Amino acid sequence: MGLKNKDLLGMKQLTAEEIMEILDTAKMMKMVIESGNKKTTHLQGKSIVTLFYENSTRTRLSFELASKYMGSASANISTSGSSVNKGESLLDTARTIDMMGTDIIIMRHNQSGAPHFIAPYLNASVVNAGDGMNEHPTQALLDMLTMYERFDSFEGKKIAICGDIYHSRVVRSNAIGLSKLGAKVSVYGPRTMMPIGIEEMGVTVADSVIDCCRDADAVMGLRVQLERQKSSLFPSVSEYAKFYAITKEALAAAKPDAFLMHPGPCNHGVELPTEVYDCDQSVINQQVTNGVAVRMAVLYLLMARRNEL
Amino acid sequence: MRLILKNCNYLGKEQRDIYIADGKFSEKYPDDQADRIIDVKGALVTPGLIDMHVHLREPGLEYKEDIASGTRAAARGGFTGVCCMPNTDPVVDNPAIVASIIKRAEEVGNCRVYPIGAASKGLKGEELSEIGLMKEAGIVAVSDDGKPISTAGFMRKVLEYCSDFDVPVLNHCEDKSLSGGAMNEGPVSTSIGIRGIPSASEDVMIARDIIIAEYLGLPVHLCHVSTKSGMRMIRDAKARGVKVTCETCPHYFTLTDDYCVDYSANYKMHPPLGTREDVEAVIEAIIDGTVDTIVTDHAPHHQDEKEIEFSLALNGIVGLESSFALCYTYLVKTGKITLDRLMDLMCHNPSDILKLGRGGMEIGDDADLAVFDIENEFTFDKNKMLTKGRNTPYDGWKLYGETLYTVMGGNITYEKLC
Repeated sequence: MGLKNKDLLGMKQLTAEEIMEILDTAKMMKMVIESGNKKTTHLQGKSIVTLFYENSTRTRLSFELASKYMGSASANISTSGSSVNKGESLLDTARTIDMMGTDIIIMRHNQSGAPHFIAPYLNASVVNAGDGMNEHPTQALLDMLTMYERFDSFEGKKIAICGDIYHSRVVRSNAIGLSKLGAKVSVYGPRTMMPIGIEEMGVTVADSVIDCCRDADAVMGLRVQLERQKSSLFPSVSEYAKFYAITKEALAAAKPDAFLMHPGPCNHGVELPTEVYDCDQSVINQQVTNGVAVRMAVLYLLMARRNEL
Repeated sequence: MRLILKNCNYLGKEQRDIYIADGKFSEKYPDDQADRIIDVKGALVTPGLIDMHVHLREPGLEYKEDIASGTRAAARGGFTGVCCMPNTDPVVDNPAIVASIIKRAEEVGNCRVYPIGAASKGLKGEELSEIGLMKEAGIVAVSDDGKPISTAGFMRKVLEYCSDFDVPVLNHCEDKSLSGGAMNEGPVSTSIGIRGIPSASEDVMIARDIIIAEYLGLPVHLCHVSTKSGMRMIRDAKARGVKVTCETCPHYFTLTDDYCVDYSANYKMHPPLGTREDVEAVIEAIIDGTVDTIVTDHAPHHQDEKEIEFSLALNGIVGLESSFALCYTYLVKTGKITLDRLMDLMCHNPSDILKLGRGGMEIGDDADLAVFDIENEFTFDKNKMLTKGRNTPYDGWKLYGETLYTVMGGNITYEKLC
């Protein structure tokens, strides 16, 4: 078993077996986090760098904590804007980090395909922590871990995802990953934010939020970037909230034991009313813990592959 | 130079020897009066090819390409005439720059270079450039290529004003309010998270230009048409007598947007690579005569502008050195069109559209020809290209139709070594 590839670029590159192995490993890592002594030696003597070209709080912090809990040396680089305008190319930056003896580079970048572009040039393993509108595989894995803790098999389960589908790398990674495990993904959002041909990724496009949530086993809200209003993707926040938010009524259309997820950060009162965010069905806070566990599992498995070579 | 080509497969029709003297095709003369005799051993001989859509990048962008390197590449592709687009730095929008390009091309002497002037000053789409004066200096057409001729109202003025000087107008069709992405919009762009360009962006402007040309009764030439519905509109317009002509490129009948999945910018161009349906429609339009000419849109870029993140990379690929082989392999060898039809597409039609008077192979005509090996498969190798650009998607492709010789005005401008 173990992972086939040097890098974790996306859910597209993982098999169903690899996904399950990550999830099973993450369940064990979660026990480490929940134990009093959050320390393992899996990454001792290893070096991990996070390279973030976009802002992030939870993804970055959870990768950092994951690598620290497992004993690695870690360093962080933040930059903003496109690499082209910064004077040094992305590839030069990545090669520089690589040549310092780094084992794993965790990168977030505003351009889709940026980690795919650098990975073949590097000795280090590259973990995609979000690339443009393409993928955010560790987010999908933590979402899937959250589901996996609540049902044993993904086969035939219905997952509803509502919001800005077009710009969401979370949707893409979840749609790909969940489909590989046999779940059915239903999506809904304003037509202006629904990418052409999304059905070919194996998802169903619903007619309304309630239609999307009907009989779902899990419901996921997505952050809507408020500045999208300026590019005429929706007319106002209040109109968005009225027609596209996951309301109590929409959640009630899901199965009685369905749970509510959100990748965060959430715009309260826009994509989710606050009372829904805080409702009993909400597992949004548990997702955050699972984020650390999944990232520990990913780093552990990638490093195990490196150690074998 | 007196040159004899022996054992030519002349246009796929007959075996003959070709005699050249004083830059022209000539009557037969004794072998001992020749400066050089080449036995081409049955290779295909065609008129020199003409590409009416090339970016030579000089002046100003010589780090990508210059007139010397671009015309060397043209000669290696079997071309004896290329039209260079005006989006240089400075823009070709006045007669002085036109004259300087012509002078430089003559000094280099690899290929006839026909400059295309900007339709608008600075390619800004606001004011007419000095089209009459540029015509006197040697332009063969105007275009704002790289950008569309911005508004319908300005397009009307360009068509009307150019009609006074009998200057063809070539338009890059793109509605900028619809484009803005980096590849064709569809399942592939959605899957890999790249912002898409809808085919409607090209189609809206094709429709606009047909409507204006029809209204005015004036000709218009549409550049690098890539879409199924664009071809349908052009076919319909031609059938009812609208004076519309159009071109397409080898990449629009050999590649689809599926190639973008690995984020290589060698598949990034404008208009973007379409779907399998678009490719089939382009081939159909080539077969049925909707397409008038195949051009390359040869767009050399520096490695630093292409080997980067997909959405940040510049648009375009080089094409001069792969064009004939792609056309021969995918259109003629497959039986889709005849060699004669290919010669119309790659020589006679562009000469007619731009009134260049080229493509003749009668005695007394300028001796422009190309010799191709259509019998043996070869592997296209990007490192053997003579263009400065390395941005080709065809590296490693197995093709037929490698250029052996190119002759322009009786001089050998390309010769395959060994």
